[in-house]
Amino acid sequence: MNQYNSVLLGITRPRKPSGLSNALVFGWRAILKFRYVPEQMFDLVMTPIMFTLLFTFVFGGALAGSPAEYLQVFVPGILVQTVCFNAVYSGMGLSTDLSKGLFDRFRSLPIWSLSPFAGLMVGDVLRHLIAGAIILSIGLMLGYRPEAGFVGVVSAFLMLFAIGFGMGWIFIVLGLLIRTPMTVMTAGFTFLFPLVFASNIMVDPATMPGWLRAFVEVNPVTLMTTAVRGLMNGGAGATEVLMALIAPAVLTAVMAPLTLWLYLRR
Amino acid sequence: MNDLLAISARGLIKRFGDVHAVNGIDLDVPRGMIFAILGPNGAGKTTLMRMLATLLRPDGGTAQVMGHDLHTAPGDVRGAIAMTGQFASLDEDLTGRDNLMLLARLWGFKGAAARARADDLLAAFELSDAATRQVKDYSGGMRRRLDIAASLIVTPGVLFLDEPTTGLDPTARQSVWTMIRGLAQSGVTILLTTQYLEEADQLAARIAVIDKGKKIAEGTSRELKAQVGSGFLHVHLAEGADIERAARLLETRLSHTVRRSTEGGQLTVVAGTAHTAATAVAALIADGIEVADFSMGSPSLDEVFFSLTGREHAEEPAQEQKP
Repeated sequence: MNQYNSVLLGITRPRKPSGLSNALVFGWRAILKFRYVPEQMFDLVMTPIMFTLLFTFVFGGALAGSPAEYLQVFVPGILVQTVCFNAVYSGMGLSTDLSKGLFDRFRSLPIWSLSPFAGLMVGDVLRHLIAGAIILSIGLMLGYRPEAGFVGVVSAFLMLFAIGFGMGWIFIVLGLLIRTPMTVMTAGFTFLFPLVFASNIMVDPATMPGWLRAFVEVNPVTLMTTAVRGLMNGGAGATEVLMALIAPAVLTAVMAPLTLWLYLRR
Repeated sequence: MNDLLAISARGLIKRFGDVHAVNGIDLDVPRGMIFAILGPNGAGKTTLMRMLATLLRPDGGTAQVMGHDLHTAPGDVRGAIAMTGQFASLDEDLTGRDNLMLLARLWGFKGAAARARADDLLAAFELSDAATRQVKDYSGGMRRRLDIAASLIVTPGVLFLDEPTTGLDPTARQSVWTMIRGLAQSGVTILLTTQYLEEADQLAARIAVIDKGKKIAEGTSRELKAQVGSGFLHVHLAEGADIERAARLLETRLSHTVRRSTEGGQLTVVAGTAHTAATAVAALIADGIEVADFSMGSPSLDEVFFSLTGREHAEEPAQEQKP
């Protein structure tokens, strides 16, 4: 007899769980991470607070006449920016898992092969929800009024999830390709920063030079911001919504198969 | 026949670009045995193991693992095996218990059953006290134990251990060895890779020696030693500076390659009989070389490896990058 007999012998195997059940387990892991990595929570909470307050009070007067007026334009914009940047956590987490060999263990288990990615998405949705709620609350406290009301805000958040889902693929692919989490972050931000800043999130494109305005007007981030603004403040039609969804749809169509291929190829 | 084999592989090949990481390896691992794959860095050990664990697709050859075909039923293979990689494949942010619960749930244990399974494993691997600590605060030995426990959520037919003691201190290494022996006594077939000859000698019932993607020898530790021959003469010189002169002299005398140890004037050579060994040592002394110590003995696995490959094991640089 030895100490391992009791845990090795006569163990009945549970029934093989469904793919959905596998995915939910990875979602549970994403939630545990919130508890065990408070630094991440700090970033997640402080970054949107800082951006909202700084831009509103430092630039608001200069850009829109007064902080109150700027807030009406800026709150939907900062929501889009936050959702785009939030995707970095999934990519960094993926890169960490791969470099630690954790994915080898997952891949040698009899589970649905895409369930670890489904878990990343659960984490993403939670992050978007937390950061979004914080920004919206601060906005409301400072005087932001979503003219389209509750329904408008809910549909804007659904749009934000779609945007986050689409943009998330960029960091997931980077996470699969790059072994060091920090490089995933810098590579992703190098790509995202020009898109986010050369958009209509912070500044009215009418004040920009012509060549830049031409870019800003077709920038997918601009289209997303226009739609989210329209949904929250009123005035968004089917065209705006569809234009905003083009980039997430294209990213998903291209990057999802690429993700699967990169993952299975390893 | 197949019912008695945990693993049966024929002509496995894996290429990375122009490099044949595994170049046609046959392997038969009987059930219930500790089987070691021994070789230097870059020999293809990890690649071979990753193919058998369905993590890499072979470019050629066939294999059955616990009776399931690697090509046609990789899902069944995954259900019958567990793999512990070279680096602790754990979530460092989570606690030891959460790591095991995560895997227990992926295997299909629900709620309280997953928790109970995790706690049973923590107890068996003497980690109960650390159950609620994050893995990043574990010592190397504790990580290894948790890592192996994580491979035993459901009792696997074959447990793959890729270099289970690399990077551990001697005490932790001993405890991992004890653990591996205990697991084998409980009936788990274990296939492990190692670059430590002593580890293979200590643990494994059979050893396959791999070099440059090919199997160059296989057998029990005793068989491998017999294959190389007995009657090894070990000479320890008083002056390290004499080593080249002494080695050349012994080579002329005994017409076998002399193995020179890097740390201070030690030479090893096949001498055959005690008589030839004694005359060779006498010749050294007659030539004015001061011999501090000498002995006759059977070869260590180190010497077996040297004799099979003609190279020094420990000094072999990595031939290729691990995938």
